[in-house]
Amino acid sequence: MTVSEASTGSLIPEGRDSLLKSEGFRAFALFMLSLGLFLLFWEVGARSGWFAKGMPTASKTLEEFWWWTTNPFFRNGPNDLGIGWNLLVSLRRVAIGYLLASVVAVPLGILIGISPIAYKAFNPYVQLLKPVSPLAWLPLGLYIFRDSELTGVFIIFISSIWPTLINTAFGVAGVDKDYLDVANTLGASRMRTIFKVIIPAALPNIVSGLRVSMGIAWLVIVAAEMLLGTGLGYFIWNEWNNLYIPNILVAILVIGLVGLLLDNIFAFLEKAVAFGRNS
Amino acid sequence: MSLATMDGAISEEQRSPSAQVSIRNVTKVFPGKKGFFNKLTGKASSNFTAIEEISMEIEPNTFVTIIGPSGCGKSTLLNMIAGLMPITGGDILLNGEPITGPGPDRGMVFQNYALMPWMTVAENIRFAVETVDPKISAKRRDRIIKEHIQLVGLTGAEKKHPHELSGGMRQRVGIARALAINPQILLMDEPFGALDALTRGFLQDEIERIWEQQRKTVIMITHSIEEALLLSDRIVMMTRGPAARVDEILEIPFPRPRNRETIEQYPAYSGLKAEMERHLFRETRAVEEARIGGKK
Ligand SMILES: Nc1ncnc2c1ncn2[C@@H]1O[C@H](COP(=O)(O)OP(=O)(O)OP(=O)(O)O)[C@@H](O)[C@H]1O
Ligand SMILES: [Mg+2]
Repeated sequence: MTVSEASTGSLIPEGRDSLLKSEGFRAFALFMLSLGLFLLFWEVGARSGWFAKGMPTASKTLEEFWWWTTNPFFRNGPNDLGIGWNLLVSLRRVAIGYLLASVVAVPLGILIGISPIAYKAFNPYVQLLKPVSPLAWLPLGLYIFRDSELTGVFIIFISSIWPTLINTAFGVAGVDKDYLDVANTLGASRMRTIFKVIIPAALPNIVSGLRVSMGIAWLVIVAAEMLLGTGLGYFIWNEWNNLYIPNILVAILVIGLVGLLLDNIFAFLEKAVAFGRNS
Repeated sequence: MSLATMDGAISEEQRSPSAQVSIRNVTKVFPGKKGFFNKLTGKASSNFTAIEEISMEIEPNTFVTIIGPSGCGKSTLLNMIAGLMPITGGDILLNGEPITGPGPDRGMVFQNYALMPWMTVAENIRFAVETVDPKISAKRRDRIIKEHIQLVGLTGAEKKHPHELSGGMRQRVGIARALAINPQILLMDEPFGALDALTRGFLQDEIERIWEQQRKTVIMITHSIEEALLLSDRIVMMTRGPAARVDEILEIPFPRPRNRETIEQYPAYSGLKAEMERHLFRETRAVEEARIGGKK
């Protein structure tokens, strides 16, 4: 499309023409086209054996996906649970560990952000522990708790605490000096300044920290559950032991969709607290 | 108002007993970076004297404008009056009492508006009113909010958030917030600096109109000669920094209410304007020359 077409296109009042030309529609069409091509390539490739031996076809995978998502809740023993049950188990672990982490990380982050001394004192811990892979905590968790459920929660807790903590402290420490000056010139008390100015001002940072933490929690739970015995991660591990690849693909799709949904919730929250500020 | 500021010192008899704000031999030194670590990284710097031995007396109900070359220390002086910045030497007295910190007797209007983005127009004003008087009754509070929104001509925009307003409207909120706490003194640091010329003109007229109504003591910083002449009773011209001083204080005798069209017709207008231009030009050129010289 040329520039002149683009500019006249926007002048045409809403109608069928402008719908066909609108950016969202074009993007959607491109998405559907590429998806169709991808599925076609997969189907043909699997049928003619271009990929590894035993690679399922696209149609078989979609059929399984349809079956699993329309029968999410059945129970035929520990190794044959509906994917809905497994999803709920994973979500519960994430919810508990993540909420605990947030309840610790947000107040601690505020404290650290407000006080330069606390910032310096706690920074070494954060810097040292942040880069440790969450799975490195797994043996420790199993040893301490001797319980797979608690260990799962513990792993989520320990891995999702850092982004929230760091973002909160960063946001609080970086509150626009003008806002603090306003509070100061009015003679606001320390508490009023913290609750009415500093925390709302840092809220976009806090929420984006929570968003990153949620992403990490969702990444980590799948890996951790491969060793824990229930949940979506275990589902994948179990299907790997059965060597049934379509179900693994189904689980990957479900994990991706749930992750997308969770992320979208936080994207919405970020927008809600931004009030014209970007980020 | 004392004019004995050229040599900095101010003698007892020049101190006005009726002054609302007395600035006496005020000096501000920003401490340099010292210490082994800063020397190692080449960041060490010596102390920087921003302003030195500045004195002036400000009578109640006067509109005072401070003008001077960029970086001379105008904001520093205003922040010290606001109590946001410690004073290195000398005293600033408010009604005879030394200033020790910020307080609701001084209302501040910021160059970048400094409105809380998460609060609506009414909430921003409400925050100020409730901070200053936590026990205020809801009825009185709401009346004050309403009156001040009306005063700055923002009726109808109460529930808007700052990002939905234009720059000029935002600064109206900033002015309403500063006035809503009923301060004795209004401090404004380049309140229209971020606005386009037309909006700036509108807001200057608004300030002139509001000032006619309330006659509060105002200390305003500006870079605009016309703005200073339109609004002020006195114009304080500062020299360039470092160690900036008060060069001269001009009395602006034009009767009020003033109007930007008619004010230029007073015979004294062009003389005052030329004098200010001369001063600013001389100081700014000296700053530029010092900068070029320093680079060689
Ligand atoms: N916190 C600080 N630490 C060190 N130096 C400072 C600090 N604040 C201001 N200065 C210096 O003091 C001088 C005066 O600064 P100030 O902001 O008061 O100038 P100004 O007259 O308001 O300038 P402008 O017209 O550009 O707003 C400047 O040279 C500035 O670099
Ligand atoms: Mg300034």
